[in-house]
Amino acid sequence: MEFALTLFPQVLVDGLVLGFMYALIALGYTMVYGVLQFINFAHSEIFVTGAFVGVEILLGFQSAGVLAGIPSWVLLPILVIAGMTASGFLAVVVERIAYRPLRNAPRLVPLLSAIGVSFVLQDAIRFMESIWRNAFYLTYPPLQGLDRRIQIGSTFDISVKSLVVIGSSILMLAALSFLVNKTKMGRAIRAVAQDPQTASLMGVDVNQVVSLTFLIGGAMGGAAGVLFGIQYTLISPYTGFIPGIKAFTAAVLGGIGNIPGAMVGGLVLGLLESFSASYLSLLTGGAFGAEYKDIFSFLILILILILRPKGLLGEVVGEKA
Amino acid sequence: MNALKYLGLALFYVGGTSLLVIVFPHSLPAFLAFQSSLLLLYYLPLSPRLRVSLAFVVLAFLMPLIGSINGYYLEIAIQVGIFVALALGLNIVVGMAGLLDLGYVAFFAVGAYLWAIFGSSQANEFIPSSWIQFPLAPSWFFVFLLLGVVAGACTGFILGLPVLRLRGDYLAIVTLGFGEVIRVLANNLDKPINLTNGPKGITPIQRPPLFFQPLLEDLGFSISTPALYSLYFYFLVLLVVTAVITATRRLDHSPIGRAWEAIREDELAAASMGVPLIRMKLLAFATGASFAGIVGVIFSAKQYFINPESFTFMESIGVLAMVILGGMGSIPGAILGATIVTVLNLEVLKGLSLWLNTLRNSGLVLSLPFVGDYALSQLPAQLEPAKYERLVFGIIIVIMVIFRPQGIWPARRRLGKVGRT
Repeated sequence: MEFALTLFPQVLVDGLVLGFMYALIALGYTMVYGVLQFINFAHSEIFVTGAFVGVEILLGFQSAGVLAGIPSWVLLPILVIAGMTASGFLAVVVERIAYRPLRNAPRLVPLLSAIGVSFVLQDAIRFMESIWRNAFYLTYPPLQGLDRRIQIGSTFDISVKSLVVIGSSILMLAALSFLVNKTKMGRAIRAVAQDPQTASLMGVDVNQVVSLTFLIGGAMGGAAGVLFGIQYTLISPYTGFIPGIKAFTAAVLGGIGNIPGAMVGGLVLGLLESFSASYLSLLTGGAFGAEYKDIFSFLILILILILRPKGLLGEVVGEKA
Repeated sequence: MNALKYLGLALFYVGGTSLLVIVFPHSLPAFLAFQSSLLLLYYLPLSPRLRVSLAFVVLAFLMPLIGSINGYYLEIAIQVGIFVALALGLNIVVGMAGLLDLGYVAFFAVGAYLWAIFGSSQANEFIPSSWIQFPLAPSWFFVFLLLGVVAGACTGFILGLPVLRLRGDYLAIVTLGFGEVIRVLANNLDKPINLTNGPKGITPIQRPPLFFQPLLEDLGFSISTPALYSLYFYFLVLLVVTAVITATRRLDHSPIGRAWEAIREDELAAASMGVPLIRMKLLAFATGASFAGIVGVIFSAKQYFINPESFTFMESIGVLAMVILGGMGSIPGAILGATIVTVLNLEVLKGLSLWLNTLRNSGLVLSLPFVGDYALSQLPAQLEPAKYERLVFGIIIVIMVIFRPQGIWPARRRLGKVGRT
């Protein structure tokens, strides 16, 4: 019991880091779902693209010998913005090529296309990195000052890295909320999500709004990718699959199509996962351990879909769109 | 008169290509040409009896003959057969009933682990040896073929019961989750009880009994045991595929098949016409799963070794790509799709890998514009075309759904009777 208590703050921080990461990724799923009622399965690869752009920049700086000279507070924004740009544009391009021609097809068809795109992107990244570096499992080089730990109280310390991830996630979520709720652009997105036909009659360019949605959702995914790389360091073209599924779970958990829901769902899922990973083996006397944390998220997904498909915050999505 | 001409053409093509393969046993184009002879048979306007008997000659005599010259081709044929059966099973779920299942490989895993656990000493880990000693005798294999069907169907039923009320895209994600759950379980159920032996996998797995070996020796054939097993599995797979095709065709032309089609086209309309939605969907799920179950049993016996790595999400999508390529709901389409995709992966991608290796070892130096001299030995070692199965699956899916959603061999009834709206 003593042990469980001393573990608690660290587990909480890990859960928050994970949760904010899920929240950022989940936004991409939920925004696209809100506008098109379709699961953008390739979003996990959009996220990984951000992580790879980040690592390429860092490795580029490193081989130029300037990495040690750039302070982290300069480097971080560069990385995040580059990741956001690349992922955002990739998402827009993917939508244009693989989803737009299928806008009026039966519901499941764009999902199939998205699965295909996801596979193509995974191997495309692998192909490019294999040619460029002869390796496709890449590691983020350590960043100056980020691995330092700050002592809080007598038993607990927190790494600067985690603080940075949490801080920048909150910043981005706030910016997104502002964008969606307070600007004209955001109003157009909400209008299309509510009723594309009426919105287009009111003079909203639906195609433009869809592109914009993919841009914003993709950019959030890209930022999450960079932060993921900084936090967990090892990435591969196939890294995105599990976080992608979990972020989707988070989106469903919060109520898919619902932006605050995605944030809440991400946090809840991150915390649940972190706690189950740490305490499951304590509770079951070692019979089941952290390796079941993935199953745990899947079970949550399945249960939520069966018992409460509209999610925690509940946005009712049309039964047969 | 015309019929004779076509028969002549068929015989000429089949004979010619098999001769080519026999003369050039390592030529990939020759083997591809031989494989396509079945396609030709299907397309030529021959009488059904003639067509079936010619196909029988090709599959039951020529293929084993070629296989005894180049064993790798027989291995490819077995793999193609396994995937044809899987694609036909998934075709029932996705193509006929319109339920997107992204975790299909889970049922395959259930069948495979069923025989792997009881057909090896693995079961001794949790069943007291005083009671019964494992591995079971090889002849139990045939019982387990049936049990594989039952286990697959039961798993399909158990999964389907809660999830089949879900809307299409949610169903897809839940089945994906289920597929992953099965894989994670297989990976981790080495404790508290060692059921699956975890990531290390299970080996050696008992093979089916060679009851006819003495007979063959009496007849004067002397075939080495590995080659005999290859032939054995080839005929076993052929038999199962024939059974699966027959079952699927019968179902397709039955009221059940029509009910599935009605559900696929419009669930609401089907329900109001009195189609029992849940029961029919469950039936589709269980039938598809039972095919995967039986093939799984054969797979584990053939592989001799299985571990969770054989049952990933990628495999599910691979089978899905086969169905989409062939044409959803189309039986010949599923067969063709499975054949093309498997051949692409096993022959073309591997061939590219070998070719790249030859280039690497050739010591050639290219003079490229802009780049300058480039020694081919510097080709990145990580660049292995054989590993790009996902790329193949992905490109096939995207291109097909955008440009030819009905597949390369569309289902007939859909075009004929229902018509397109």
